[in-house]
Amino acid sequence: MFSRAYRAAITVPPLLWIAVFLVVPYALLFCYSFWSVSSSQVIVHSWSLDNYRELLHVHVYLQTLFRSMWIAARVTIFSLLLGYPLAYFLSFYAGDRKDLFYQLVIIPLWVSYLVRAYAWKTILGSDGVLNTLLQYVHLTKHPLEFLLYSPFAVVLTLTHIYTPFAFLPIYASLEHIPRNLVEASHDLGASPMQTFWRVIFPLSIPGVLAGATFAFVLSLGDFLAPLLLGGPSGLMISNIVVSLFGAAYDWPLGAAISLCMLLLVLALLFLSENLEKRWSFR
Amino acid sequence: MSRDSSRWLSWHTVVVFGFLYLPIVTLIIYSFNGSGVGGFPPRNLTLDWYRMLFADDAIWTSVLNSVLVAFAAMAISLAFGIPAALALDRANFPGKVLFRRLVLLPLILPGIITGLSLSILFHDTGVKLSKLTIILGHGTALISVASTEVFAGLQKLDRAQEEASLDLGASYWQTFWRVTIPNLRLSIIGAALLIFTLSMDEIAVSFFLIGRDNTLPLEIWGRLRRGITPEINAISTIIFLFSLIAIVTWYRLRTGEGKAEIAAEVVEAGQPS
Amino acid sequence: MSTMTSQSEAGRETPGTARSLLAIHNVAKSFGKNPVLRDISLEIAQGEFLTILGESGSGKTTLLRIIAGFESADSGEILMEGERLDLQPPYRRQVNTVFQHYALFPHLTVEENVGYGLRVAKRPKEEIATRVDQALAMVKMSAFAKSKPAKISGGQQQRIALARALVNRPRLLLLDEPLSALDANLRRQMQVELKSLQREVGIAFVFVTHDQEEAMVMSDRIALLRMGELEQVASPREIYSRPATAYTAQFIGHTNLLKGEVRAGVARCGSLDWPVALPDGPVLYSLRPENLRVTKSMAGGPGVNVVRFRARIRHRAFHGSTELLQVECVDGLKLSVRTAGSDPRQDDLELEFSPEDAIPVRPSEERA
Repeated sequence: MFSRAYRAAITVPPLLWIAVFLVVPYALLFCYSFWSVSSSQVIVHSWSLDNYRELLHVHVYLQTLFRSMWIAARVTIFSLLLGYPLAYFLSFYAGDRKDLFYQLVIIPLWVSYLVRAYAWKTILGSDGVLNTLLQYVHLTKHPLEFLLYSPFAVVLTLTHIYTPFAFLPIYASLEHIPRNLVEASHDLGASPMQTFWRVIFPLSIPGVLAGATFAFVLSLGDFLAPLLLGGPSGLMISNIVVSLFGAAYDWPLGAAISLCMLLLVLALLFLSENLEKRWSFR
Repeated sequence: MSRDSSRWLSWHTVVVFGFLYLPIVTLIIYSFNGSGVGGFPPRNLTLDWYRMLFADDAIWTSVLNSVLVAFAAMAISLAFGIPAALALDRANFPGKVLFRRLVLLPLILPGIITGLSLSILFHDTGVKLSKLTIILGHGTALISVASTEVFAGLQKLDRAQEEASLDLGASYWQTFWRVTIPNLRLSIIGAALLIFTLSMDEIAVSFFLIGRDNTLPLEIWGRLRRGITPEINAISTIIFLFSLIAIVTWYRLRTGEGKAEIAAEVVEAGQPS
Repeated sequence: MSTMTSQSEAGRETPGTARSLLAIHNVAKSFGKNPVLRDISLEIAQGEFLTILGESGSGKTTLLRIIAGFESADSGEILMEGERLDLQPPYRRQVNTVFQHYALFPHLTVEENVGYGLRVAKRPKEEIATRVDQALAMVKMSAFAKSKPAKISGGQQQRIALARALVNRPRLLLLDEPLSALDANLRRQMQVELKSLQREVGIAFVFVTHDQEEAMVMSDRIALLRMGELEQVASPREIYSRPATAYTAQFIGHTNLLKGEVRAGVARCGSLDWPVALPDGPVLYSLRPENLRVTKSMAGGPGVNVVRFRARIRHRAFHGSTELLQVECVDGLKLSVRTAGSDPRQDDLELEFSPEDAIPVRPSEERA
């Protein structure tokens, strides 16, 4: 329907931009992962699998990766546990106030990540709000050390950040469920609880998968929260990458880790997409 | 629906909202606290930190930088994102599926990967890190936001309007400017607002592309490494207020479209499929 | 029937001879300030096919939903064989509904949809399988057992919705405009099938529609609902030949409304008059177009037990087997007349009707 000039005008510029600023950089990342760095901090373009071998054999990398995945898994589970009932409440019980509640949920989403991570830092520290509060009401005598600079702090902060992310797709999928299905289920003798498990939940699974994917992938690659709140025990894989591109200056190794992360994320996205399709009934 | 479950759900909702807002509220309260960021209970109500903040040149320079970057990023994202949305909606070309995934990838990928790969690019092409590189980084990352919002707006566009315009004698270009773009007005404004807000807060990509000029988040970040001061609470409170205004405005702009659609669109915004 | 009947006769039904299944007593419902149902009382007999007929906004769907349990009435009660139905949640009532847009579960197969109620009731697996098979055979959809709802047509989905409801052997089946989404031919076919299905299973059906022809074809009784109140509840034949109100007369079929006055035993409507046994006062008559006949005799003057008058044809509409004529009398009164055919050359007619075909009806005013 549209002229060739029009079609060229809308496809070529974005394609070019994507090619230059997305595809080429990823390609470079790919190449770098096979190169190495010399002792004088010069990137040597010699192709080998050394970086990957190092990743597999030097203990710390896999260990950190697994710790990161475990942290990401916990964040995902908590975000879903917090986010699903919230979405359900808004969709089925909130009535006229649905709109207001929805805005209340997305507002924190857009308030600066850094601001929120910082806020938790001030709350969880040994001189922080929570500890001094607990001591003030005589619940504890000494500050609780595990609150900050620990995986606990990272999980807590990331759950705080990603619960709204998990909420959004779940809410969307719940809203898409025609209410007459709920009525039909009641009509056929199913109680509200039975209706939830037999009708509502199965139809909301694509939303749950999307929310879980978001939460997991984004927390896996997070480096800010661990840097601010993680301490040495809360170090995550992205922190290693950051230092390899910074003080530790080993770009090729950093690129190798990044590439692995990229592939892992893509695999998860692919998996999630296929699962969503299987569970989508529209 | 049964009484019991609705009561339990209400409590759960209250708890979750408390959890979501507690840190922000704490931050705001302590920005007025004379004794610093920690300690309970807060005492010495004061505006000192705000006074310090307003006298702090480095912060305001970084704010200026951030605003500059945000506007430029907005321009880039829209300039490339709108055509991308149109292409995805209307044109068929080889590699369309791949193109769609690539466009949406930076949204779901951790920012570190986008930032890293771009910094390698700049390093290898000899481009010095500066405000420009940050702008390019933000623009690239946020094209996906622009194209998703505009794409959603296009879905709602009544093709019959464009066909009527053609029928009445307007060319494709004229139709584009007289009919298509005006109908997309709300989507474009919404996208612009969103991109601006996201750019102002962007850290992960900026981290790797920063030169001598700091953006606001990175300026705050630098100070955090050196030690916490309540001045940061003050600037955080101000950031919160602006974000609040921005997001409520964005939401109000879209209110006519129905909540589920908006929820669905924001969901689409994050899915590379 | 007197034209001065009181409000208490509103919705008076013709008593049925069958046993009562459902008794609705004085049910009222408002949404906010908007009264949707005012004081509805109705009895539904075992095994009958009752249609609740009304325009949109008449409250018919609300009434159905109250019986199903998806809304609760503000006042009044509903009894099923003596027990309070309205106090029970929908999942405990022995009532099943066929929804307007079918509401089939998209994530379940046709078979699983039909068996849903039985699985929820935890019936044994073999029993479920048998009953589902029977239900599918009854609606002639056995071949589609393993399909998903998204893959079958609207008419087929409708049958599945029916099977899903009937397999539970409810005491009462509610149908919320189930045929409105079908095209005309399919609709007519389904009307016949539904009617024979109802006879076969013997369950009482309460059918909601806005289509008066559909109501006439299918029902044992029609309950005509207007703005939240029952205008008349009677069999199709009775509601057609003896409408109680002007609204009823006009809503069901076509009619002519004649306004007039009774004085000293004579009803006078414009230039027409005939003897009646009614007290003095204003009167409104319904006269169906088919009850106006073209007479051969041009002699004029009163015939035996007929009212005769002249009129001029203003418009003819050809309807195949009949013609619908718009005529105008000498005093300007306009009437519709249905005849088998008319001489196209003749515009002046002599018409007649029998006084007993002029049915006195209550006027229908606007309700607040």
